[in-house]
Amino acid sequence: MEFFRIHRDIPFMRHALVFNVISAVTFLAAVFFLFTRGLHYSIEFTGGNVIEAAYAQPADIAKIRSTVESLNLGDVLVQNFGSSRDVMIRVPVRADLKQGELADRVFAALCGAEKGKVEERAAPSSSGSSGTRKVCAAGDAEPVVLSRSEVVGPQVGKELAQDGAKALAFVVIGIMIYLALRFEWKFSVAAIVANLHDVVIILGFFAFFQWEFSLSVLAAVLAVLGYSVNESVVIFDRIRESFRRYRKMTTPEVIDHAITSTISRTIITHGSTQMMVLSMLIFGGQTLHYFAIALTIGILFGIYSSVFVAAAIAMWLGVKREDLVKSAAKDHDPNDPNAGAVV
Amino acid sequence: MNRYPLWKYAILVVALIVGIVYTLPNLFGEAPAVQISSGKATVKLDASMKQRVEDILAKASLQPDFVQYDGNSVKARFADLDAQRKAKDALSAALNPDPNDPTYIVALNLLSRSPRWLTALHALPMYLGLDLRGGVHFLMQVDMQAALTKKAESTAGDVRTLLRDKNIRHAGITRDGNAIVVRFRDQATLAAARPVLADQLTDFVWTESQDGTDWKLAGSLKPDAIKRVQEAAITQNITTLHNRVNELGVAEPVIQQQGADRVVVQLPGVQDTAKAKDIIGRTATLEMRMVDESSEGRMAMTGAGPVPFGSERYTERGGQPLIVKRQVLLTGENLTDAQPGFDGQTQEPAVHLTVDARGARIMRDVSRENIGKRMAILLFEKGKGEVVTAPVIRGELGNRFQISGRMTTAEANDVALLLRAGSLAAPMEIIEERTIGPSLGAENIDKGFHSVVGGFCAIALFMCAYYLLFGVISTLALALNLLLLVAVLSMLQATLTLPGIAAIALTLGMAIDANVLINERVREELRGGANPQSAINTGYERAWATILDSNVTTLIAGLALLAFGSGPIRAFAIVHCLGIITSMFSAVLFSRGLVNLWYGRQKRLKSVSIGQVWKPGASVPAKT
Repeated sequence: MEFFRIHRDIPFMRHALVFNVISAVTFLAAVFFLFTRGLHYSIEFTGGNVIEAAYAQPADIAKIRSTVESLNLGDVLVQNFGSSRDVMIRVPVRADLKQGELADRVFAALCGAEKGKVEERAAPSSSGSSGTRKVCAAGDAEPVVLSRSEVVGPQVGKELAQDGAKALAFVVIGIMIYLALRFEWKFSVAAIVANLHDVVIILGFFAFFQWEFSLSVLAAVLAVLGYSVNESVVIFDRIRESFRRYRKMTTPEVIDHAITSTISRTIITHGSTQMMVLSMLIFGGQTLHYFAIALTIGILFGIYSSVFVAAAIAMWLGVKREDLVKSAAKDHDPNDPNAGAVV
Repeated sequence: MNRYPLWKYAILVVALIVGIVYTLPNLFGEAPAVQISSGKATVKLDASMKQRVEDILAKASLQPDFVQYDGNSVKARFADLDAQRKAKDALSAALNPDPNDPTYIVALNLLSRSPRWLTALHALPMYLGLDLRGGVHFLMQVDMQAALTKKAESTAGDVRTLLRDKNIRHAGITRDGNAIVVRFRDQATLAAARPVLADQLTDFVWTESQDGTDWKLAGSLKPDAIKRVQEAAITQNITTLHNRVNELGVAEPVIQQQGADRVVVQLPGVQDTAKAKDIIGRTATLEMRMVDESSEGRMAMTGAGPVPFGSERYTERGGQPLIVKRQVLLTGENLTDAQPGFDGQTQEPAVHLTVDARGARIMRDVSRENIGKRMAILLFEKGKGEVVTAPVIRGELGNRFQISGRMTTAEANDVALLLRAGSLAAPMEIIEERTIGPSLGAENIDKGFHSVVGGFCAIALFMCAYYLLFGVISTLALALNLLLLVAVLSMLQATLTLPGIAAIALTLGMAIDANVLINERVREELRGGANPQSAINTGYERAWATILDSNVTTLIAGLALLAFGSGPIRAFAIVHCLGIITSMFSAVLFSRGLVNLWYGRQKRLKSVSIGQVWKPGASVPAKT
């Protein structure tokens, strides 16, 4: 089997301008959505309370929303989670209320709306000793059950956001230094611009669809950054090799040749990684859902950006044969006093 | 050209065996077990408990797979749940004669089913994170400022005592934040006081200044002393938390320091957040009282008479009753430190205690009047007191004194720990809490497992179809990568979480890149007309530089996550970084080894099975 039967180098660079315009437009759209809509941060970043309640009957979201809003707790978010009976309620952190109290108050209000009363009931715990559990009782029935509550203090969220920004900066600087040492500054700038553009586009998707931006999504974004830079590296490696091998080719021709000869590997590798991510998307469930989505977008745009954007930027920056084939020049250093004594 | 020396094959075989051995324990699953741990801070479990448990089980005619002692607890593994439940009942009945005041905690637990020889090799299964087994997670913030304030407060008292002892008149001692300000009427007194303070309180830097007609001597904590105070505070808090959590009977609690001032508490299996919080937040108090050695007291101690008025009966660690007066001399608040050590003269193990100035004054007065009598140190938990130790007072005591005699080094350590562990060094606040149901955990394991298996199979099928034998080799290399990754994680006893499983999946998806690069290169060489042997050789060689470059960039991203991430991100990053390293080994060395083994010996190799190598018409590349 051989998928890629390419007779001659595909002239990618002839269309570089078109690709760059497409990139620029997508990028600007992503930035636009990031600013107008903003990211829908998960509770890990914002701090706050998440309360999950399971109803005996399919839940009436509008009614629950008005019930919780009547408590005047600020910006409350009520939505279905998983099934129509499970409801997730997000309440921001309140300085004047203790953390546990807030969940209790919300639960009491929900229970009241179902004409029940919150009671303490003995419930055996797994260690064998007895504890109490808050139960909403309306007669014999239990119309609503508190299935999970999670509290994150505001300071944790702030730190996470800071650490995320630091990690991003560290990755960008680290990769730039590495590429500058290994290749040339023009390549390192090109690779970073191309791949940051991927990151912004992923974030743009999350802003546009208002998907939840959680810690695992951040991890996915950073992993994608490392991964798609690696894509650019493979192409740059080929560019350097081609500069050495084919001395008569012009820069765009060399780039075209490098991209063409790596395209088969690019597609197969990304296809394989995408299969894995797809498997996560299918089997991974709710927790890994957005993680896998971020990776999918990252991989698709990673191919695009390293093939069409990174190389084109390097070309605009004016990469020359001399930039990369330094070793040949060094052998005949004119300032070297010992030069000429070649035996 | 395509042959490995024998030692390289040997390395590959060793890696393979190590990988298999350390991965194995993860496959056996878990069996029901009963865990016995200490139920009281003053009761310590030792190896003799193992024999006792075996005897009890034999009496109840229950046959455990094995009974083991691991330093803190004794665990007995059983074949089925029925035996486990019976054993629990038998053990609790035998070990805790009074069910209302249990001496030992007998809890149900799960133990790895892996055979003993694997355990003997320290091949243990990975620890499952909370999101995979369910439980409660707390992140607690230690108030370090309070720890420093406490230190300054107690030092201010020390200054007062010191100056009084040396007959130096001061015009007031105040605490200003973490600093201590001592005022003097004239410079001469200040000059006299300064060497005394600098000598005795070495943790502080003293600076003098003039304030109106008064002279001021301000002491602030040295930076290294601040660090020491904070470290001591967090260590003590963790110790205290350990003691309290033990009582919950949780199988394997995780109590870890996170960053400089945070503590993570994870209680697998616990669902009752309220009770967990209650126990974690409880305060234990330490009290020092005199032993009642009046004749009535002695009578009561031997059981010959009633407990006299104004005294109470407590039990010593050995189990003998002790009659202690009700009057409290000192509480744990006055005790600033307790360290195990050795007696200066007899070289016997001892516990060195330090009390604050107020405590020192009381100690001096009490000890002077009670030489030769016994003083009891009691620890109160849940309103019940227990005698930690009851030493005889040998002489007049100051702010530093020691308890020695009749104890081993281990006992000295225990007593010091108990004395310190009574209370928290600094208040803590829960800043994050999370509850995960047990069914959700089991579901997450399945989801993670299916993701990895599904992705792996898809990649394997594709590689084998597209690259034929080279694809099979790549798949084997990928399988080895998975094996090594799991083995390394098990060796490190890392905690496996759902993000960790996601990282395994993602790493495998990325690791195939190296093999694709190699295979494409080999094809390309063949396309260029190279003979098969040299195509394999140059293919691997050329691909190596690229693989290295691309892995370094991925590694940079992984390290950034490791450095700045916490919690789930860290778990992801650790697996990701390790996976990159193992993939370099398996994708390059191992797959090359297999290729060499298969093709290396054939001198006149005509073709290699790498799928169709399509050759374009003669014209590419155009310019050479």
